[in-house]
Amino acid sequence: MSQTVTAPAAQRRRERRFGVFSLLVLAVMLGVFATSARGEQATFVLNDARGQLFELPNLVVDVVPAVLVLSAIVAVIAYRQFTTGFGSKAVLLVGVVALLFVLAFLTWAAAEGQLSVVGLLRGSLARATPIALGALAGVVCERAGVINIAIEGQFLAGAFTAAVVSSLASDPWIGLFGGIGAGVLVAFMLAGLTIQFKADQIVVGVVLIVFATGVTSFLNTQVLSGNPQLNSPTRFTAIAVPVLSEIPLIGPVFFRQSVMVFGMLIAVATLHYALFQTRWGLRLRSVGEHPKAADTVGINVLATRYKAVLLGGVFAGIGGAWWTLDAVGQFSREMTGGRGFIALAAMLVGRYSPVGAFGAALIFGFADQIATSLQLLRVPVPSDLLLTAPFLVTILVVAGLMGRLRPPAANGKPYTKE
Amino acid sequence: MSDEQGPREPTPEEPGHPPDVPSPGDGAVAVSEEELAQAEIEAAKEREEEAAGVTLDATFSQRLVAALTGTSVVVTVLAFVSALVIGAFIIALSEDAVRESLGYFFARPTDAVQASLEAVGSAYLALLQGSLVGIPQLSETLVSATPLILTGLAVAVPLRAGLFNIGAEGQFVAGGMVAGLIGFALTGLPMLVHLPLALLAGIIAGGIYGWIPGVLKARTGAHEVISTIMLNNIGLLVSGYLISTTLFRRPDRADPISRSVEESARFPRLVWWEPSLRVNASLLVALALAVAIFWLVERSTRGFELNAVGMNPRAATAAGMSPGNTVILAMTTGGAMAGAAGAAVILGLQYRLTIGFSAGLGFDGITVALLGRGRIGGTVAAGILIGALKAGGRNMQAQTGTSLELALVIQALIIVFIAAPGLVRAIFRIKADDLQTAQVSKGWGG
Repeated sequence: MSQTVTAPAAQRRRERRFGVFSLLVLAVMLGVFATSARGEQATFVLNDARGQLFELPNLVVDVVPAVLVLSAIVAVIAYRQFTTGFGSKAVLLVGVVALLFVLAFLTWAAAEGQLSVVGLLRGSLARATPIALGALAGVVCERAGVINIAIEGQFLAGAFTAAVVSSLASDPWIGLFGGIGAGVLVAFMLAGLTIQFKADQIVVGVVLIVFATGVTSFLNTQVLSGNPQLNSPTRFTAIAVPVLSEIPLIGPVFFRQSVMVFGMLIAVATLHYALFQTRWGLRLRSVGEHPKAADTVGINVLATRYKAVLLGGVFAGIGGAWWTLDAVGQFSREMTGGRGFIALAAMLVGRYSPVGAFGAALIFGFADQIATSLQLLRVPVPSDLLLTAPFLVTILVVAGLMGRLRPPAANGKPYTKE
Repeated sequence: MSDEQGPREPTPEEPGHPPDVPSPGDGAVAVSEEELAQAEIEAAKEREEEAAGVTLDATFSQRLVAALTGTSVVVTVLAFVSALVIGAFIIALSEDAVRESLGYFFARPTDAVQASLEAVGSAYLALLQGSLVGIPQLSETLVSATPLILTGLAVAVPLRAGLFNIGAEGQFVAGGMVAGLIGFALTGLPMLVHLPLALLAGIIAGGIYGWIPGVLKARTGAHEVISTIMLNNIGLLVSGYLISTTLFRRPDRADPISRSVEESARFPRLVWWEPSLRVNASLLVALALAVAIFWLVERSTRGFELNAVGMNPRAATAAGMSPGNTVILAMTTGGAMAGAAGAAVILGLQYRLTIGFSAGLGFDGITVALLGRGRIGGTVAAGILIGALKAGGRNMQAQTGTSLELALVIQALIIVFIAAPGLVRAIFRIKADDLQTAQVSKGWGG
């Protein structure tokens, strides 16, 4: 997975570090999950309550043997990591270890209870939606050479405006356009200040977050709290794709979602194609990599950057609208809770590619959803600590496994035509 | 450095190069040889003064403001004015009376204008009165400024090394939690032992919490912006959990509120004969730490390395410095300052830990440090200024019902205008081209 060619000695040291990680995982699995299970059997429910073509049997496993089997696989991987190593598949195997750990954790958590697999996966995809959209905003901006830290601010502006507009118009689609407008407005401020006035991109990004937080919180207390009719948006409802949504397990997860989830999937695929297969994408990337060369062949660098940042505003505005038009259905102060930053992390983890960012967003969505799913199971871990999961995952992924990033070469540098 | 006109006259680029002379064709007055020579001498003198870092003819306040922003007085003032004007529009639009009168704006426009003026005028008057007019108000300004100076330093020191520490909020929480724990868990100690111990514990806790992203950056290349934001969220969640455990929670209360800090660990009030004035000794600690940081960053060898790494890490490496260690030092020092801020708030003001006790003070540190342009003296001044804005904002909310969040909006607007001096120039059509654009932080690659 790593693009850099690593010297054998360094590669060995790196794999041994991964081995230490595997051993830590193994210790937790054996020391906690195998010894302190609350019941003997864990039940995974594979059916959706809303009916499907045919019923699947519930998956019932014995907790301790299951955890021991998973531990054994981790032990084998760790042994290989310390001896011969996995070579080019090293990072992939760390992912496998993490996956085994999550499976063991779920088995332990579901002991003497029922865990709805459909609910877990469906929620993960839904929660990945704003993160993926925010990450797309980051990708399109940074590929053009403008760092967009302000995704969180665009989310808040989009969520607020979408709520108000949808309440006034009683139509989620018009509300969505309101959200897009707000996202583009913040993007316009980012573009103007960084591209035209050449202010520091990270500083402007952080300032725009403070600004959007301040304005939306201010208007929320000052206007919305006194006029609840302005804060009761009409929401998108879940759409069931005929036939496909009847397929057990896959149907409810992928084909019975809100229109925003489908829109996000289409956006990811379209942007990925457009960035890497079209002339538009090549031009945009050239502006981010080597603006002077792009300028020489006649590409308008500043205009391309402007358009890229504004397009990012469209994605982030839709992502923000997800909160008020899909998930929550009401604006509240700082309701996005740092997901804009997680979108940023998803973009970095996905290495500036839309599909990669979507994959990372799924991991974060899963980590987000797991806290909610486990609260329903009454797991003896405080909810505050469970909620740290997505943030811990981000640090681990960004710090431990991904190695050093190679951002677009001209990222963060204002361009002055000579 | 600056003349009566405000913006600096364009000075010639090269020494010995004659200053620009307006040609008679432009309709300007022809300049005699003597005047030319005189101008050249003055320009040379100006360059010398600039090189020495001293400006003889600038008044103290001009130098203060210049230190505050690194740009000319005019841009700073205009940035404030612009921020206040936009803030005024937001106040006006959020007022119910104004929005109602806007409905019949074209029938009777005076109604809307009058309602706007009333709302804006009373809000800004309350803002000013609450921060500067009177001894109690000044005391509140200093109380608000104390943690802001420290969190400002927490962002400013890493900024000098080219790092953007957004984690002051989490480091603040870490410092406050540990300082509070030492403050109420130990009993029977004399104040001379207990208070410094609690303060030191807070500083160390904040330092450790800042050390983590520093090490991650130095050893793995994980970008500090991402890791500090994640650590903020983790810190807030974990502190929320800890406060509700028996270790911290008050035994007689069910809601999450910690036990109270012992008297012996509280910062004494500076004006002890007047109990309503809350200004306390933590202000002195903040100023002393600012002096220490000034020495570290501007005078010491490590500080030199820190600045060198911030300006050009490759050159610093070539000169035999270790950017990795400098990154760790800068982040740890920054974290320690934010930890001190947390300790100052808990031991000097709140005396107990509640959920969300950081109240965004760490994030305000970003504003403060950027307003101070990463300079130590500038950060202290900016801390006092934002402190005044906060104290005034509280008064505004109490008196006129305009929500406190407006202070946040104005803060952000001020920084926008200061970070992009070109914008202010464009709005007010200032021609002077001596205002450099601010590139203080670095991209992901740095």
